[in-house]
Amino acid sequence: MSTSQPGVAAAAATERPSLGLSADKMAKHLARKRQNRIALTLAVAAMAFGVFWLLWILFETVRQGAGGLSLQLFTQSTPPANATDGGLANAIFGSLVMVAMATLVGTPIGLFAGIYLAEYGRKTVLGSVTRFINDILLSAPSILIGLFVYALLVARMKTFSGWAGSVALSLIVIPVVIRTTENMLNLVPNALREAAYALGTPKWKVISAITLKAARSGVITGVLLALARVSGETAPLLFTALSNQFMSTDMGKPMASLPVTIASFAMSPYQNWQQLAWAGVFLITLGVLSLNIAARVFFRNKQ
Amino acid sequence: MAATLPASSSMRDADPSQAQVQPSGRPPERRRTAPLGDAVFSFLAHAAAWITLLALVGIIGSLLVGAGPAIQKFGLGFLWHSEWDPVQDVYGGLVMIIGTLATSVIALVIAVPVSFGIAVFLTELSPAWLKRPLGVAIELLAAVPSIVYGMWGLMVFGPILAKWVQGPLQQVFGKLPVLGTLFSGPPVGLGILPAGIILAIMVIPFIASVMRDVFEVTPPMLKESAYGLGSTTWEVVSRVVLPYTKIGVVGGVMLGLGRALGETMAVTFIIGNGNSLDGLSLFQPANSITSVLANEFAEAGEGMHQSALIYLGLVLFFITFLVLAASRLLLARLQRSEGARS
Repeated sequence: MSTSQPGVAAAAATERPSLGLSADKMAKHLARKRQNRIALTLAVAAMAFGVFWLLWILFETVRQGAGGLSLQLFTQSTPPANATDGGLANAIFGSLVMVAMATLVGTPIGLFAGIYLAEYGRKTVLGSVTRFINDILLSAPSILIGLFVYALLVARMKTFSGWAGSVALSLIVIPVVIRTTENMLNLVPNALREAAYALGTPKWKVISAITLKAARSGVITGVLLALARVSGETAPLLFTALSNQFMSTDMGKPMASLPVTIASFAMSPYQNWQQLAWAGVFLITLGVLSLNIAARVFFRNKQ
Repeated sequence: MAATLPASSSMRDADPSQAQVQPSGRPPERRRTAPLGDAVFSFLAHAAAWITLLALVGIIGSLLVGAGPAIQKFGLGFLWHSEWDPVQDVYGGLVMIIGTLATSVIALVIAVPVSFGIAVFLTELSPAWLKRPLGVAIELLAAVPSIVYGMWGLMVFGPILAKWVQGPLQQVFGKLPVLGTLFSGPPVGLGILPAGIILAIMVIPFIASVMRDVFEVTPPMLKESAYGLGSTTWEVVSRVVLPYTKIGVVGGVMLGLGRALGETMAVTFIIGNGNSLDGLSLFQPANSITSVLANEFAEAGEGMHQSALIYLGLVLFFITFLVLAASRLLLARLQRSEGARS
């Protein structure tokens, strides 16, 4: 704990002489200092509590998952129960394809909606309604997005499919990208826009060549964070892409994904499936956390 | 000359210097290319905003349509009936609604004080060089996918909880009338209490980062004045920072609640998936709205079972919408009043 803080410094020096105060005032003074020390100790404990869980989860993930890493994890598809070989190739491939599709579809929509909020609709009714709705979508239960896409695509096409999974994931990408794009565009000083307009630049060029360029690193950070978020999403894939035991490149068919495979293997009683699930958890945690850290480092370096 | 012109332009024309240099002819033509690019760009931006709105409308619409048959058959009674019997095709959502609310309440009871402590540490206590790494560590806790929490909770945390927490709790309180019931049931690390604890860990980062952000908007002048009068750090936090930011703090708690209500995979792993409602035990395997959706929806097939599940989804949507909207409005109010005061 730092001693540079006034409260802590005062609390640490309890043996100070009585400053010429009467006995009851001195008692009150000490009581306040004691209360302060208790509260601050609890704050430190809370911080330790938070970090403790992160470290514990990371430790267990590495301990149980790193052992399962091998080449065949990336080359073989998911095995039957109690088999001795097999990997996660189909799940890894499915995840990569669906996440990539979701990002490709979701990023432009999110980008343009963010541009709308920051450059066109700052004070309009559509702008404030969209902003409000977007904040709700950002935290809405992702399983409900799965239900929506089920009704929209799966029930109509009569089959679970990789496309449906991608659409569900892109509906999660969009709000994240909107939020960061708008925030970053709002940070661009208005003088920059005015200078460009004064030179006769049309609005679309002001946005694409001036403000969006100034906000570029923040926008890319947002896309990376969205990528990290959807890579770990399980719930929206459960009844859209479902899963697939075999390697499949057909987006019109059910498609395996890393999170869904982990979920079904983890709850199974078979040793080899659980081992694969831990390896998958290790891969996914590694991927998501490094994307997050990369996004932060990238953003800080560009600022 | 002035008399022949309309009144609005007479002022300018009366100016002698202006009258001397009359422009010859019309101003140059405006570029014709720019408006087309502008129109396209503006259309794309508007369309994207509408897509976001349509997504929400679509979610509400599809839930209403899908839940239609169940709403017609069971009405609002669905909310307080607890039978869930796919064989007889009779459904009531009480068990899951209670499961969702109970786990979220447990999560908040644990997460709110801890998040408050973390926010106080990060804004008032932490040495400058630790602020960033610790802040990032808390944010990474939010980034860990929920499936990882689920796996860790099922395989690692559950057994430890059963051995070191649930067992002792039963031994100490098992004989007491109320607490005994609360802590009865099999101590296997599955059920409402373990799910609530995992949820707490998952929502701590969300609540803590909102609290940290709103604590940081407290004007330093206010805090320095309080320190100058001899306040301790705790007094500054509890009597200056907290009253100044209380709306934002409540908004952050609501955000955490919204997250807890809708969390799916971690809860599905740990809640135990039991559809009974006998007794008040916190160790009894239970179900939440999200866990029953995750477990049963893909296999339900079309018909009343699926419709009842979508009805549950609609209930969940309704609750989270209210909670998240409240959170949003509270946080927006804090921002407004902040603008007014500065």
